[in-house]
Amino acid sequence: MLKIEAILQPSKLDAVKDALLEAGIEGMTILEARGHGRQKGHTEFYRGREYTVDLLPKVKIELVITDDQKENTLQAIISTARTGRIGDGKIFISHVDDAIRIRNDERGEAAI
Amino acid sequence: MCRRAITLLFFSAVLGLPALALAQPAAPDAQAATQAQITALQQAVKAAQTASANAQSAGDNAWMLTSAALVLLMTGPGLALFYGGLVRKKNILGTMMQSFAMMGLVTILWAVVGYSLAFGHGNWFIGGFEHLFLKGVGLNPNLDYAPTIPEQTLMIYQLMFAIITPALITGAFAERMKFSGMAIFLSLWSLLVYCPMAHMVWGVGGLLNNVGGRFPSLDFAGGTVVHITSGVSALVCCLYLGKRIGYPHTKMQPHSMVLSFIGACLLWVGWFGFNAGSALAASGLATSAFVNTHFAAAAAAIGWSIAEWIHNGKPTALGAISGAVAGLVAITPASGFVQPMSALAIGLLAGFFCFFMVFIVKKIFGYDDSLDAFGVHGAGGTLGAILTGLFAACVINPVFGKNAPVGGIDGNWHQVMNQLAGVGIAWTISIVGTLLLLVLVDKLVGLRVSAEDEAAGLDLSQHNEEGYDLAT
Repeated sequence: MLKIEAILQPSKLDAVKDALLEAGIEGMTILEARGHGRQKGHTEFYRGREYTVDLLPKVKIELVITDDQKENTLQAIISTARTGRIGDGKIFISHVDDAIRIRNDERGEAAI
Repeated sequence: MCRRAITLLFFSAVLGLPALALAQPAAPDAQAATQAQITALQQAVKAAQTASANAQSAGDNAWMLTSAALVLLMTGPGLALFYGGLVRKKNILGTMMQSFAMMGLVTILWAVVGYSLAFGHGNWFIGGFEHLFLKGVGLNPNLDYAPTIPEQTLMIYQLMFAIITPALITGAFAERMKFSGMAIFLSLWSLLVYCPMAHMVWGVGGLLNNVGGRFPSLDFAGGTVVHITSGVSALVCCLYLGKRIGYPHTKMQPHSMVLSFIGACLLWVGWFGFNAGSALAASGLATSAFVNTHFAAAAAAIGWSIAEWIHNGKPTALGAISGAVAGLVAITPASGFVQPMSALAIGLLAGFFCFFMVFIVKKIFGYDDSLDAFGVHGAGGTLGAILTGLFAACVINPVFGKNAPVGGIDGNWHQVMNQLAGVGIAWTISIVGTLLLLVLVDKLVGLRVSAEDEAAGLDLSQHNEEGYDLAT
């Protein structure tokens, strides 16, 4: 089992979500997040006072999938979230030891 | 058709009978009949006059009560939202409560003594105690001020001005003043600074009253009384209290421009009651003030935006609404004296000037006038008072008598000097009165919250509440 964490531009969320559903991914968790990579931030002005906003709004999608879904999932995310400009986001992949469905104690891949 | 015929018949009878009688003066019967006709007509005329006076009185009273409600709307929620959105979110309730507290405190003070001090008979500087506890303030008009509305209408309308004036000051010491110190300071301020200033400008026998004053100064709706006093006192407050901890390096941006936006638009609407209501009647003069108010606000919003666009590259929403408020401030003293084109000019100038005060002057001197109470109200009020002397026109309001020149454009350049006298006195009483009261209240209960309380925010430290509960 793999855990995919993808940090995206908020405007791309709907497209990515639809693409994932199409790729057969049934469950996901979405978090509103703030952060920056190499993109850094922007400046805002309020009555002439300048404020640097370096933590920008992002969304983070978390998925747990089986190993054989990996390439499909990554393709779905990358193809819809990419604009080619700085700030498109990142994807992190890690191994998951176990999963439990709280409702009925199902374990492992059956639980995801 | 039938009704018209009957009316025609009636009038020809009324008008025709005496004419017929006059044509035959010999007959004594006819003479008596004529006399009866004349008496009947006189009675009818008198009844018509009474009915018309009653109608005017009813119309005036309806407008003045509406205006009073509009002016209250400026403080709560208008100003409370405008200021509330501009602070950080840990201070929103504290900031709104400062405005709301004035709605309670000043009302009580006004009923007990404030109205009497402002509008009672006294000397050059302050009214007397004749209306203590509203003695004699009933439903009959006060002929000194507004002959067509009950005096209680005048009293409640003027109260709304007394409420918003100290509330405006709270923008200068936002995010750092103790609630107790603020409440005592502003209560005393309304008695020691506001009431005398209102009496000098509007009270019978006041030093600056445009009828019979020593320096007849023009202030239609409170440019000196409301905006210069609050704005200048605001400057004194922020200098005395010092900067917020971390200013100007820490981020202190407005937490909700949306709230401020709604607040500013409510101020704009409420200002129609403030300025047009100051005609104290539903008259043509009220229309004139209404139009001028709107024109100046629009022009100033554009003026500030243009200045900001050139200076910073983009016009901001906060700039546009700040500009509108600056225009409303500047037109306040002029609203019942100038022509619409002058109002556009006053608004545009106010937009540029207040932009300059907030963007440039504040930066040079480095004072922390947190929400720009001085930059908008002090500066805009002063500019407006002077421009009133320039633009006041006899055709709009022949305040010095028929065909007598009023302002500079009429040829009465001396009026600008009288306006400056008004401005000078307003600045002086504001600086001296505010400083005195700040020192007194600082000794009494203290003015500034502790550093920990300031970090926690006024909502928690002063009221044990939070404006937003984002967890549930």
